[in-house]
Amino acid sequence: MTRIVLTKPDIDRALKRIAHEIVESQRGLTGLVFLGIPTRGVHLARRLGRLVADIEPQEIEIGTLDVTMYRDDLATQSTRATVATEIPASGIDGCTVILVDDVLFSGRTARAALDAITALGRPDVVRFAVLVDRGHRELPIRADFVGKNLPTSTSERVNVSIAEVDDLDEVSIA
Amino acid sequence: MKHLISTRELTTDNAIAILDTAIDMVDVRSRDVKKLPTLRGKTVANVFFEDSTRTRLSFEAAALALSADVTTFTSQGSSVSKGESLKDTLQTLEAMGADFIVLRHSHSGVAATVANNGWVDAHIINAGDGTHEHPTQALLDAFTMRSRLRGDAARGMDLAGVSVVIVGDVLHSRVARSNALLLRTLGANVTLAAPRTLLPREIDGWGATIVSTLDEAIEMQPDVVITLRVQKERMTSGFFPSESEFSEIWGMNDSRLRRLPSTSIVMHPGPMNRGLEISGSVADSPQSTVTEQVANGVALRMAVLYTLMGDSR
Repeated sequence: MTRIVLTKPDIDRALKRIAHEIVESQRGLTGLVFLGIPTRGVHLARRLGRLVADIEPQEIEIGTLDVTMYRDDLATQSTRATVATEIPASGIDGCTVILVDDVLFSGRTARAALDAITALGRPDVVRFAVLVDRGHRELPIRADFVGKNLPTSTSERVNVSIAEVDDLDEVSIA
Repeated sequence: MKHLISTRELTTDNAIAILDTAIDMVDVRSRDVKKLPTLRGKTVANVFFEDSTRTRLSFEAAALALSADVTTFTSQGSSVSKGESLKDTLQTLEAMGADFIVLRHSHSGVAATVANNGWVDAHIINAGDGTHEHPTQALLDAFTMRSRLRGDAARGMDLAGVSVVIVGDVLHSRVARSNALLLRTLGANVTLAAPRTLLPREIDGWGATIVSTLDEAIEMQPDVVITLRVQKERMTSGFFPSESEFSEIWGMNDSRLRRLPSTSIVMHPGPMNRGLEISGSVADSPQSTVTEQVANGVALRMAVLYTLMGDSR
């Protein structure tokens, strides 16, 4: 049984709110880098970047952070394809990095992402934005910006659809 | 895929996935921090029963870049001289914790024998078995071709429509066999140019066209010319009248390079016999990919180690 928990207007509102929160929490107005975690995080990062620039016109860099090779479950899972990591040409040293993903669950992807960032440079600050936080953390990690807190059981599946990938905006639980 | 023994085992999708991962590994190698934690706690044993510079150093660099521990075994100076068998040698290495065994041997079929008989649980990677196969060389050659010919659009692409000439000592070349089989899987058209004495008997399964002089192959305006090393150490009798005659008919030289399109590339797996199968000026020309192949070799082998680690069956 599939239950829709966020529709397109809900997602738009959540992202807009997160964009405002990011602007509010920004210490300076320079060096904001949105790094999306593939696949859907990349598109959410692009949307958030645009929304933030609308609120507070500024130079915003948007990139992709592939965390595959930093995962802790590689030996027990079948091989995952890697994706290109793309960061600003000037690097991420001294920047404010906003890490963006669709769902926060165990926290293991975020852990891998933090290691991947460390290998790329030394940002001033790293913040974490997610569309959905479904709980069940296995590591001491939390998100700074959350679109929707979604109480789930571990047996449930959270499906995030993003128009750029799935032709519609929707979050459902199955 | 637990082992990599032959390019024959690779499907088009498998091969493209490895080449795509290698793109990301090239990127890692261009960063300040050139290391990934992926193989932390794993041990890669380089087991070389035959001499090697490039392949051994390349696998070593690849394993270290993925944070693996590396042990290197060369048969010279080992208990092989006391008569220790291959099986015992490999089991000794595994008992010391080897998760991957990168194996080079002068006899064809050794890597397959080790992988099929269950002597060890480790992943086996064939780093050259006699005159049989050298799959990682073929993959890095395909990677180099794809990057040069397809540029930034390379990811996800095969080599459909690419024409490749493999010239020289095909008979003794494991690189030629691995390349011909992989290139066919990737959709390229392969032409072999070699004296009859240096063509293996069973090349029907390679799906290659055969021409009788290099000039004939050059006239086909190929995108790629792979020159092979003349393997004097494997030659027990006279396969061609003289070195000067060989280089005259089968050597890649300036005049032949000028007759190729300026976008064509010349490859050599190394080590080169300059002046025999390839002239020094061709080897050092912008159309030569010799050093690029070496650089890509590390990234490609990182991709192979990563791809195999996900499959322990």
